[in-house]
Amino acid sequence: MDLSMLWYLVPSVVMLACGVYGFVTRKNLIAILISLELILNSADLNFVVFNRYLFPDMMEGMVFTLFSIAIAAAETAVAIAIIINVYRAVGATDINIVNKMKH
Amino acid sequence: MDYSQFGAMIPELIVLGIFLVVFFADLIAGDKSRKCFLTPLTTVLFALGTVAIWVIPASGETVFGGMYVNDSATNAIKAILNIGVFIVFLQSAKWVESDEVAIRKGEFYELLLVTLFGMYLMVSARHFLLFIIGLESASLPLAAMVAFNKNHYESHEAAVKYIMTAVFSSAILLVGLSFVYAFSGGSLYFQDLAVTIQTGSMSGLLIVALAFVIAGLGFKLSLVPFHLWTADVYQGAPTAITSYLSVISKGSAAFAFFIIFTQCFGSVYSDAWEWMLYAVIIATITVGNLFAIRQKNMKRFMAFSSISQAGYIMLGAMAADTLGLASMIFYIFVYIVSNLGAFAVISTIENQTGRLSMDDYNGLHKTNPWLSFAMTLAMFSLAGIPPFAGFFSKILIFTSVTGTGSMALYMLVLIALINTIISLYYYLLVVKAIWISPEAPKVESFRSDCGSRIALWICVAGIVFFGLVPYIYQYCVSSVEASAGFLSMFGV
Repeated sequence: MDLSMLWYLVPSVVMLACGVYGFVTRKNLIAILISLELILNSADLNFVVFNRYLFPDMMEGMVFTLFSIAIAAAETAVAIAIIINVYRAVGATDINIVNKMKH
Repeated sequence: MDYSQFGAMIPELIVLGIFLVVFFADLIAGDKSRKCFLTPLTTVLFALGTVAIWVIPASGETVFGGMYVNDSATNAIKAILNIGVFIVFLQSAKWVESDEVAIRKGEFYELLLVTLFGMYLMVSARHFLLFIIGLESASLPLAAMVAFNKNHYESHEAAVKYIMTAVFSSAILLVGLSFVYAFSGGSLYFQDLAVTIQTGSMSGLLIVALAFVIAGLGFKLSLVPFHLWTADVYQGAPTAITSYLSVISKGSAAFAFFIIFTQCFGSVYSDAWEWMLYAVIIATITVGNLFAIRQKNMKRFMAFSSISQAGYIMLGAMAADTLGLASMIFYIFVYIVSNLGAFAVISTIENQTGRLSMDDYNGLHKTNPWLSFAMTLAMFSLAGIPPFAGFFSKILIFTSVTGTGSMALYMLVLIALINTIISLYYYLLVVKAIWISPEAPKVESFRSDCGSRIALWICVAGIVFFGLVPYIYQYCVSSVEASAGFLSMFGV
């Protein structure tokens, strides 16, 4: 079967939607981080697919994806470090507990 | 590869050099010597670096195949950001010596210099890959800095909120860029994009891409639908970091916004992003103002004030021409001295007494007349009361927007003007608390530390003289005009 570009773009959009939905609705910091990873991966997938199908004789999208994977890893590392700090401070990773600063 | 190209990145090399010196000094020095020499070393080195960036003329070269440019406009931007960082160093000198932070103060300076390096790259990047790298190295260390007060719960909460929104915004930005890539013709150089995106090339994809990019950058700038993290992060972060976030981080994001939107998407200005930015600016200025009125915590108050100031800054991007950028640079320069002046007072009082509420400022003039004086000037300048610098920066940015003479833009300026009057109310609340409130002063008389006193004097001098000395604005205009081809791709 010959796959067209759409077969890759639909999963990417689904990942984006799930990521945004999860970011808004999840109550656990780790789950929120996973949602963020979904959005980042959707962007990476977009780059690779557009590169492969639209501009097959160039490499810019692939290189961009490599950098963006590295950046996503760095982001996760910092976020996990901060979440561990929060866990040490309050003993939970629930955002309803980490929300005391209103007014 | 031709390594001599790195020689064109003079401001970056200077900051990198300072970073390395501080890093190794921090690494090698013993506890005793680190305590006495690290802060003066960093401050003096950074002052020298700032002077060097002011003095060394920009080469105007484009290096790495067009990925990076260092022309007189970006050089002026970096020089101005540098002055802000220098003031932040001065006013944080007391805080980094406190028992809780002193052992980690090297990390504070290192992280701050890395974020500054990232902001330089954001401003100088002419390719989206370099821009993203700059953006991330500017925002990730900032999250670590927000979490710097390890023993305070607020710092943790602020850091969680900051890192989550920062990652979310850059993820959204990346998705937007992947859409931009789809119609880019395979190249993400700004100059190639400007050729690909022509006036007729409007499509649904372009609108979606632009909306994502505006949202992604809007988070960094705390424009209004994307501002919800601002107040909590500003309140929870250590005050030195709050002032850095509200001025330097915001300023560099505003410049990057301007550069990206004029250089890549300039030709679809009136088709695609004029009205988006229009709506966002009105919402930003109005919501920021209305929420600032009811704040009692000084840092939350400054957060909402800085949201509304971001709306005024974006008026420069609305103008989207040479004059727009020049008045934007001038506005941010003035905003740096005014806002950092206010923050210098806030952090001095916090360091000495731990008080942060607006009620604690009642009758401050009886005990600390000089701090009261500086705070009053900063508030007047932020509100835009003439003869202070804030008045001139507002006039110039309004003038640049109305330059095209379109009715819609006049309406925008009218709304901004009405909001200036609203903002006068809450800025004067602080002044009222300091000078008029009959209550007995809660803050006892104290002598502030040397660093914040110098910072305050610099800020007060800036507030008084920047508007009156025409050279500053002329410097902004001439450096923008001298960067040949800065807006040459711009097809409006």
